[in-house]
Amino acid sequence: MTNKITLRSDNMMMGLFALAILTMPIWLMPIGASYPDLMQKFAIFGIFAIGFNILFGLTGYLSFGHAAFLGVGSYTAVWSFKLLSMNVVPAVIFAVIVAGAFSFLIGFISLRRSGIYFSILTLAFAQMSYNLAYSVLTPITNGETGLQLAKSDPRVIDGLFVEAGAGIPSTNFFGIPMSGYSGFYFCAVLLIIGFYISLRITRSPFGMMLKAIKSNQNRMSYTGLNTRPYALTAFVISGMYAGLAGSLLAVTDPLAGAERMQWTASGEVVLMTILGGVGTLLGPMLGAVIIKYFENIFSAFNETLLNNIFSFLPEGLQEVVVSVVGLFVGEGWHLTLGILFMIIVIYLPGGLVEGAQRIRDFVGRKRQKKTSEAHQPQIAE
Amino acid sequence: MGILQVQDVNKSFGGLKALHNVNLDVEEGAVHAIIGPNGAGKSTLLNCFVGRLKPDTGSVMFNGTSLLGIAPHEINQAGVARVFQTPEIFGDLSLIENVMIPTLAKRDGAYTVNAWGRVDQAAEIREKAEHILEDVGLVEKQEMHANSLSRGDKRRLELAMCLVQEPKLLLLDEPTAGMSRADTNNTIDLLKRIGERGITKIVIEHDMHVVFSLASKISVLAQGTVIAEGAPEEIKGDPRVQEAYLGGAHL
Ligand SMILES: Nc1ncnc2c1ncn2[C@@H]1O[C@H](COP(=O)(O)OP(=O)(O)O)[C@@H](O)[C@H]1O
Ligand SMILES: [Mg+2]
Repeated sequence: MTNKITLRSDNMMMGLFALAILTMPIWLMPIGASYPDLMQKFAIFGIFAIGFNILFGLTGYLSFGHAAFLGVGSYTAVWSFKLLSMNVVPAVIFAVIVAGAFSFLIGFISLRRSGIYFSILTLAFAQMSYNLAYSVLTPITNGETGLQLAKSDPRVIDGLFVEAGAGIPSTNFFGIPMSGYSGFYFCAVLLIIGFYISLRITRSPFGMMLKAIKSNQNRMSYTGLNTRPYALTAFVISGMYAGLAGSLLAVTDPLAGAERMQWTASGEVVLMTILGGVGTLLGPMLGAVIIKYFENIFSAFNETLLNNIFSFLPEGLQEVVVSVVGLFVGEGWHLTLGILFMIIVIYLPGGLVEGAQRIRDFVGRKRQKKTSEAHQPQIAE
Repeated sequence: MGILQVQDVNKSFGGLKALHNVNLDVEEGAVHAIIGPNGAGKSTLLNCFVGRLKPDTGSVMFNGTSLLGIAPHEINQAGVARVFQTPEIFGDLSLIENVMIPTLAKRDGAYTVNAWGRVDQAAEIREKAEHILEDVGLVEKQEMHANSLSRGDKRRLELAMCLVQEPKLLLLDEPTAGMSRADTNNTIDLLKRIGERGITKIVIEHDMHVVFSLASKISVLAQGTVIAEGAPEEIKGDPRVQEAYLGGAHL
């Protein structure tokens, strides 16, 4: 029996989540992750994974093309900076709208199939988008170089209010520059809002319908429900989250490149969600933080650093160890990620949230034995 | 004129003729039983009513409109609900959710996005669902996952999911298969009680005890053809029926 999910328990979770996110600069300090650039990444990819989970976790439809919407969000945001204003608000709003429209198109076609065929369709669309961005649509995307700001950009709205300065102006939230901690807090607030929306969706009648899609589509249609528009709505919502995440990447670093749309980026969000726990509320955020943290640490290692670390070993052995370990760090960090992922899928298919739950159950049962209490409820979720 | 009229329905699978010129006229308010040996085409016939299969030829009219070529969810929204031979339920969801979903489908239609309300606070829907679960004797298990139920309980859950929609026509494909005698009797009582609500029912059943205690009319299907039709007493004595059932072993 699981603990009953109530409004109170949800409000509590929401409060703790917001607190944990806003105090990241403090509690991430001991592990050396409390600098804005990295925390921004946690927040942005958290948004991406939380949105992805609305589709994958609730409906069970596994998209391999969500990086396309991330890319669309980035391009839209940069164009908003170029044409309208360096204020991030219009950039974020337009990115979400355009990514939503784009995901409606791709979702409409891909959702004609389910299972592996759906996944392949989304993958194909994302690769098409990548290739379009890389070469065909160069006037819009600036191809290989990527879309960048220029001093000569029109910025029509900004032009109405301020004189153009000497250099390229920086992105701002009504004057507050989006660099350093203010940039992180802007992303953090959007992450908290995004988490809240996903919580509401999960607990809502609409969310229950999405879970029904995952559980039994046949029963759903014989029950009088039209499954396709439900799945499409979930697809578009998750596409809008991806667009938001993409725009925030551009907010903190105003350029957009095609590589953001590549299949590896789509695969990464799948990994984050599975690592943390598919279909759980906190799992995707957890997965995003862990992957981005380890990416940051492992990819920073290089040969000189490794040689320093292993300098206590005898010369021959040191070389061997460094070359073996070197496979797993730096450029090779994806190898580590792959192994981590395999371990999770094989031993903990429910992800880290399930792992935490098991540990709690185990501890709970031990304590129960000791005090011989009658009832020890399991945590929900 | 009946609520469901089936005319000259034919359905083949490859070379196998599963249904051959089937005619059926189901009276409003009736409990119409379809009996026949395994593989006679009973389930196939129901599949033609709910949009799972399209007959090769023939027509299926419900309340004067054709059920052919429209989607399963539209058929349900028109008032037809079905209990399947192998239970179709939402296995990963709790029992109460399993019943709330059809309740919402009935109230809000085939597609409604209510992404801001809370399921645990939808008191009206929840009460209705609990009430039906009480009727089928599953209310204590309402927070359990549907997958963890016994086969008999799954059937009763599926029945509850159909009943909560108050359909005009309820199709029951072997609703007591896999149930103990006591559970079977409970189900008969339940079906009799809902009979008073004026729901027309088509029941496929092997258990003759169930058939004769419920049915107001019986059609006998053998090898895809209706070989006999009439009131229960007529069917009991029909030699063709006895023959189709291998010397009347089941009767
Ligand atoms: N989808 C299908 N494809 C091929 N053959 C089928 C299919 N459904 C049913 N049949 C065949 O049609 C015949 C009638 O099956 P069915 O309607 O399930 O019988 P009953 O429900 O009366 O036991 C059987 O011979 C069965 O094998
Ligand atoms: Mg059958």
